[in-house]
Amino acid sequence: MAEKLIHLIITRQDSPDSTPYKEEFKIPYRPGMNVISALMEIQRNPLNAQGQKTSPVNWESNCLEEVCGACSMVINGRPRQACSALVDKLEQPIRLEPMSTFPVQRDLSIDRSRMFDALKRVKAWVPIDGTHDLGPGPRMPEVERQWAYELSKCMTCGVCLEACPNVNAKADFIGPFAISQVRLFNQHPTGMMNKHERLEALMEDGGIGDCGNSQNCVQACPKGIPLTTSIAHMNKETTKHAVKKFFFS
Amino acid sequence: MAKGHSFLSHKLHSLLGLFPIGLFLVFHLTANYQATRGPEAFNQAVGFIENLPFLLVLEFALIYLPILFHAVYGLYIAFQAKHNVGNFGYFRNQMFLWQRVTGVITLIFIVWHVWETRIQKALGAHVDYDMMANILSSPAMIVFYTIGIISTTFHFSNGLWSFLVHWGITVGPRSQRIATFLTLGVFVVVTFIGLRAMSAFIL
Repeated sequence: MAEKLIHLIITRQDSPDSTPYKEEFKIPYRPGMNVISALMEIQRNPLNAQGQKTSPVNWESNCLEEVCGACSMVINGRPRQACSALVDKLEQPIRLEPMSTFPVQRDLSIDRSRMFDALKRVKAWVPIDGTHDLGPGPRMPEVERQWAYELSKCMTCGVCLEACPNVNAKADFIGPFAISQVRLFNQHPTGMMNKHERLEALMEDGGIGDCGNSQNCVQACPKGIPLTTSIAHMNKETTKHAVKKFFFS
Repeated sequence: MAKGHSFLSHKLHSLLGLFPIGLFLVFHLTANYQATRGPEAFNQAVGFIENLPFLLVLEFALIYLPILFHAVYGLYIAFQAKHNVGNFGYFRNQMFLWQRVTGVITLIFIVWHVWETRIQKALGAHVDYDMMANILSSPAMIVFYTIGIISTTFHFSNGLWSFLVHWGITVGPRSQRIATFLTLGVFVVVTFIGLRAMSAFIL
């Protein structure tokens, strides 16, 4: 009986500065495989489609249940998580590429530092550290908690940046996710106390002004976060803030 | 562009597109529509505009300077994007691409149109029905003007949609969808006025 094979075409890169190239692989099929287990199969037996020995393909992954965001890559043209990309549901050959909006480290692993820098820029946290006990914070209405929870599902995976036409080497746009995180932390009853700092960060170069409304982010987000609603909402908030600042201070 | 001013520049770009440029476009096409009532009616409309007080100030403050800023900053925005409709063929992404394409076409059209009309006037030509009829006597110019008008009205209507998002007026997906239909309606109406007005100059 002929063994069923999975055909993969992987865009590889040996070092951050080297030229990318494509390598093909044919690996044995097992039921229920995802892209990660296919990559693990290559790791076990690093032979390319021509049967030549090659270096195993490098990738990043942690949780394997689509909550950590580490294994994001471009699979058949679409940025998504490799762990939740099931081989049975993918068209073959399966084309794997790194999310090249980010600096490629090696093969499919990329450096997402710019996202963490963006979170630092917009102060996406609730500052509560002090020298004494501040006591309990104000409570959050349940209806607000429900939608804020949806925004909190962001796992900094980078898919929205890869999908956005305005995030590229020519522009310094922080990306849709960071704007949505400002909305999340500005809605938090304690986080709200520092909301002006986050709004002003959004109004800097590379901030919310750089959004061009292609709305790819909301289509691509694996967690279904209403990114475009967050962006439009923050458009309103930053406009109000700018008007207030101009006339009243 | 000046560092630290991108938020303000984007907002100004969006605002100027509607006030005064968009309003001027609607006014301009409506005034041209007078041509459908005959050359005299059109010449009368032109005469009314030419006799407005402080005309040159109005032209610079409400037309030339806003368009100049909108065009220069718009080109900067347009060439910053990395288009990806191949992988993301969604409606809004297509609109994103077309907004930039029509922006560039519209700019070329406007430069040509201003050269043929306003600058010729400054050089001594007389703006009236015959001037336009003469321009539109060539089939190539009819094609160029048709593309130019449709491109301009598309850029205006879709820009109106973006304006509503940029200023935080349409926030949720439902209001943004309704705005899509409303601005589509604006596109159909304004394009009709523009093309119908143009056809009145074709003999």
